[in-house]
Amino acid sequence: MALAGINWFKYSSPASFYPLAGKMMPWFAGLAAVLTVVGLYMSFFVAPTDYKQGEAYRIMFIHVPAAWMSMFIYVVMAVYAALGLIFNTRLSAMMASSLAPTGAMFTFLALWTGALWGKPMWGTWWVWDARLTSELILLFLYIGFMSLEAAIDDPRRATRASGLLAIVGVVNVPIIYFSVQWWNTLHQGASISLDKAPSMATIMLVTMLVMTLAFWMYTIAIVLYRVRCEILERERHSEWVTELMEERK
Amino acid sequence: MGGYGGYVWGSYIVTALLIAAEIIWVIQRRKVLLKRLARMSRLTKG
Repeated sequence: MALAGINWFKYSSPASFYPLAGKMMPWFAGLAAVLTVVGLYMSFFVAPTDYKQGEAYRIMFIHVPAAWMSMFIYVVMAVYAALGLIFNTRLSAMMASSLAPTGAMFTFLALWTGALWGKPMWGTWWVWDARLTSELILLFLYIGFMSLEAAIDDPRRATRASGLLAIVGVVNVPIIYFSVQWWNTLHQGASISLDKAPSMATIMLVTMLVMTLAFWMYTIAIVLYRVRCEILERERHSEWVTELMEERK
Repeated sequence: MGGYGGYVWGSYIVTALLIAAEIIWVIQRRKVLLKRLARMSRLTKG
C-alpha cells in the first residue's frame, strides 16, 4: 500500500530517476550475482543428465533464458519507444536506448548457444527454419535500432526514427514465439506453455527459471547503470548535471 | 561432459565473456563520461 502513495510520475523526469536508478542498481546486481551462482550450481551439480540428449542439454539452461530475454527486452524497448513518441517523455527514449545493447547480446547468445546445441543434436549448426530465421531478424532489428540512433546527429530525429523501427519490429516477436506452431520447423515446440504441463523434469524446469531470473536481474541492473550514463550524456547542459558535477569535486 | 564438452563450455564461456565485456564496457563509458563532464564543468567555470 505504501507504493500507492508514491508519485510515480515524478520518476519520469531524468533528474529524479537518476538518483533512484543509482540506489536500485546495486540491489539488482546483487540479486543477479546470487541467482547466477545458484543457477550455475543447479545447472552443473543438481540437474541430472538427460536420458536422450546426455550432457549437451545443459546448454538449454543458457539458451532458453537468453531466447526469452531477447524477446522480452525487445517488447519492453518497443513499449518505451512508443511512450517516448506518444508522450514525448525523454526518459522513455533513454530507456529504449539503454535496453537495446543488452537485448542484442541475449539475441546473439540465443543464436550462438542454439548453434552449439544444434550441431550435436540436429547434425547442423544452422538451418533456415522459421524460428531460427525470425530470431536472426530480431538481432538485425536490434542492430538496426542502435545503428539508426547512432547515425542521425539530431537526437530528437534519431529517437523518432529508431523508436518507429522498434515499434514496427515488435511484430517479429509473436512470429518468433508462434513460428513453431505456424510452420513445420526443425526447432522443437515451446519449453513451457500456460495450457500444457512442462515437457521436462521439475528440477530442470526450476534450474531454467532460476537462470531466467538471474538474466532478468542482470538486465535490470545493467540497464539502470547504462541509463544513468544516457541521462548524464543527454542532460549534460542542464543545471542539475552541472550541480552534480560540482558536488563530485 | 560425455563428449559434448566443447559445445557446453563453448556456450557457458561465451556467455560469461559477453556479460563481462558488457559490464566493463558500461563502467568504462561512465568513467570517460564523468571525466568529460568534469572537464566541461571546469571550463564553464573558468
